[in-house]
Amino acid sequence: MDNTNIAELLAKPYDKELAEKLYDPKKPMENRITDIGPPHYEQFFPPVIKENYGKWKSHEIVQPGVIKYVSETGAVCFAVRCGSARLITTDLIREICEIADKYCEGYVRWTTRNNIEFHVTDEEKLKALLDDLNGRKNPGGSYKFPVGGTGAGMTNIVHTQGWVHCHTPAIDASGVVKSVMDELFEYFGSHKLPAQVRVALACCLNMCGAVHCSDIAILGIHRKPPLVEDDRITGVCEIPLAVAACPLGAIKPATVEVDGEKKKTVRVNENRCMFCGNCYTMCPAMPLADGEGDGIAILVGGKISNRISAPKFSKLIIPYIPNEPPRWPSTVKVIKNILEKYSENANKYERLGDWAERIGWERFFEICDIPFTEKSIDDYRLAYDTYRTTTQFKWSVHTD
Amino acid sequence: MADVKKHDTPMVDELKSGPWPSFVDDIEQRGFNGKQACLDLLGQLELSYKHKETHWKHGGIVGVFGYGGGVIGRYSDVPEEFPAIAHFHTIRVNQPASKFYSTAFLRKLCEIWDYRGSGMTNFHGSTGDMVLLGTSTDQLEPVFFDLTHQMGADLGGSGSNLRTPSCCVGKARCEWSCIDTQDICYNLTMTFQDELHRPAFPYKFKFKVSGCPNDCVAAIARCDCAIIGTWRDEIRIDQEAVKAYMGGELKPNAGAHSDRDWGAFDIQKEVIDLCPSQCMMMDGNELKINNRECVRCMHCINVMPEALRPGLDTGATILVGAKAPILEGAQLATVALPFIKMDKDNDYEEIKDFVDKVWDWWMEEGKNRERFGELIQRQSMQEFLRRTELKPIPQMVKEPRSNPYVFWSAEEVEGGWKRDVKTFRARHAA
Repeated sequence: MDNTNIAELLAKPYDKELAEKLYDPKKPMENRITDIGPPHYEQFFPPVIKENYGKWKSHEIVQPGVIKYVSETGAVCFAVRCGSARLITTDLIREICEIADKYCEGYVRWTTRNNIEFHVTDEEKLKALLDDLNGRKNPGGSYKFPVGGTGAGMTNIVHTQGWVHCHTPAIDASGVVKSVMDELFEYFGSHKLPAQVRVALACCLNMCGAVHCSDIAILGIHRKPPLVEDDRITGVCEIPLAVAACPLGAIKPATVEVDGEKKKTVRVNENRCMFCGNCYTMCPAMPLADGEGDGIAILVGGKISNRISAPKFSKLIIPYIPNEPPRWPSTVKVIKNILEKYSENANKYERLGDWAERIGWERFFEICDIPFTEKSIDDYRLAYDTYRTTTQFKWSVHTD
Repeated sequence: MADVKKHDTPMVDELKSGPWPSFVDDIEQRGFNGKQACLDLLGQLELSYKHKETHWKHGGIVGVFGYGGGVIGRYSDVPEEFPAIAHFHTIRVNQPASKFYSTAFLRKLCEIWDYRGSGMTNFHGSTGDMVLLGTSTDQLEPVFFDLTHQMGADLGGSGSNLRTPSCCVGKARCEWSCIDTQDICYNLTMTFQDELHRPAFPYKFKFKVSGCPNDCVAAIARCDCAIIGTWRDEIRIDQEAVKAYMGGELKPNAGAHSDRDWGAFDIQKEVIDLCPSQCMMMDGNELKINNRECVRCMHCINVMPEALRPGLDTGATILVGAKAPILEGAQLATVALPFIKMDKDNDYEEIKDFVDKVWDWWMEEGKNRERFGELIQRQSMQEFLRRTELKPIPQMVKEPRSNPYVFWSAEEVEGGWKRDVKTFRARHAA
């Protein structure tokens, strides 16, 4: 299999029976193609991209969501960026294909933050494409392809699976993202913030998205220690692995009587549990999820880019907000408030975390009217690095 | 309407309104279009909204023959209510570098997934794969045969193996890319197919490739080995364009601040004063940069893309050990190789030699589920440098240590550590 040129292969109609003809469970290696890797990227480039590879000279965001690239050859390419739910169906992908065939010579791209990008080379097509995209709506009225996500605004929220498809989440992902993006929609299609604001959501501490370095991070947390299923644990996990899974040594081997029978199991020192969930990842007989206990923590001020200041972690400013499906109003309100206060007070080019550091975190909590609690003081590894060891601090509501 | 049954989902249905694309509408429409799995998924989601807990079981080991990754088992814990999603395994398909597609490719994928799966996907998973959400065990081999035989596609990584490498848009559409991100990503992916498909590592290992320090794939925060484009000569300056920015003819930051009145562009305040190393100044009407003092943060280039461009002696900075918090806390990546040329002609030999040494050490010493960055923490940066045969340089640390607890070795000390206590006592009465 040469997958550097698959055009001919793709042109053939899908043969629904081929796999069953080729695959014989008794001889599993027969007809098996393995280790071919992904198709070579170049065959998916629109002509203007292929012709100007490595020749791009400059770019301009001509309107929110539309970036014009100019090549040294004089060629021009407009990239039109649209938000998406990330969790999308084959019907929607086919609709994307239909648009790409009509305006973009049959090519389309996705960004790292789950936006869809269409490429056109002339302004007439650009206008027609934008009109078309803006007119496509879901039955409930939402845009299918909202244009935006560029410049000093808010782009798509990177997020995880949540209750839609994960076994360890403390919160849903898609529902929270939809609720937050609905409320902050105006910032997706505009450039009125001081700098870009990157919001990310992870539905548990495993953090399958890079929420630990986001301007605003929405993080699912557990608050009840794991249950232990004594009657099941030896059948589904190895006890030493469960014990070793705990970073705080809070899990110890134990023997208990179940229905008059001695069984090997574990016990959890609940006072030492920090609810990381690593034990459940290693052992299915130690579930943490709990409707009352689980909820959202908000962290802010992280960044990834090396621009002006170094990349940095997001900091925990709100330790817990209850799960409020289907619209998570408390979470949405908190995020909107932080975004608005940042927008009113930060300097041009200043990221949220740089703003908070410039004014001081005491002032950040004051301006955003967020109560400071002991939960925001670190007590894990390297905690001391975050303590204030100078007499330089500001007077704020906390000292008045 | 096909023969499908919609569950009563009043809470989930509330997510149809509002301007942002509704995943509920999309999935429900696909359901009405003949996919009971879609409607069952929304039904189970409604139950989760009611209980505020997930209804997916823990794990289940499934896969395709000869691979140890790429498929993740998933089962509903309420299969009687939602039989169409009783088995709902995930298949990760390795994306083409930087995620350009032809519609022919996507349509074929849709046909396979409509026929053999739920019709639901993630475009894309966090690591970068195309994620096919939801099929049963008996369909895994046929999906794999369809992908390889009819699409020229292959699975991505999962478990304790090399995860699917990913990269930014790079030279395909960005003037700042200092390295050929797609080619590097593709080359590493093809070179390490065995490591990608057959778990043999202590835990996951990720490569990400960004073309410049803006780092659009978040390599510095997310991956064990970050390859980030940079340069070591001079920022290219077009003084006429600098004047055009100062005169207001060109929009600062390529128009990124267009919807707010920030006043007239002020190069001193917006560029020179914000430079982290203070290496720029205006000399009359000319912008001067002391490139030796530049830390390549990209701010000036981002603000004046028509006037400033990265230099021409380009390569990559290699940083290692980033990860999310589980277990020892989140880590950003640490500078390992300040600069290497990313040379296509020698098949990126230099980075591969380095990676070999990293993997040798990690596979020998790494504990189960210990990320590479955690091994460095546990055994020290010094041990990392010894194992990878790197010379310690100040670029690897933010500042020198402030405690004096140096682990001297006997060889470093005159006369070694063998001493005679009697001789000591001959000089010093007890």
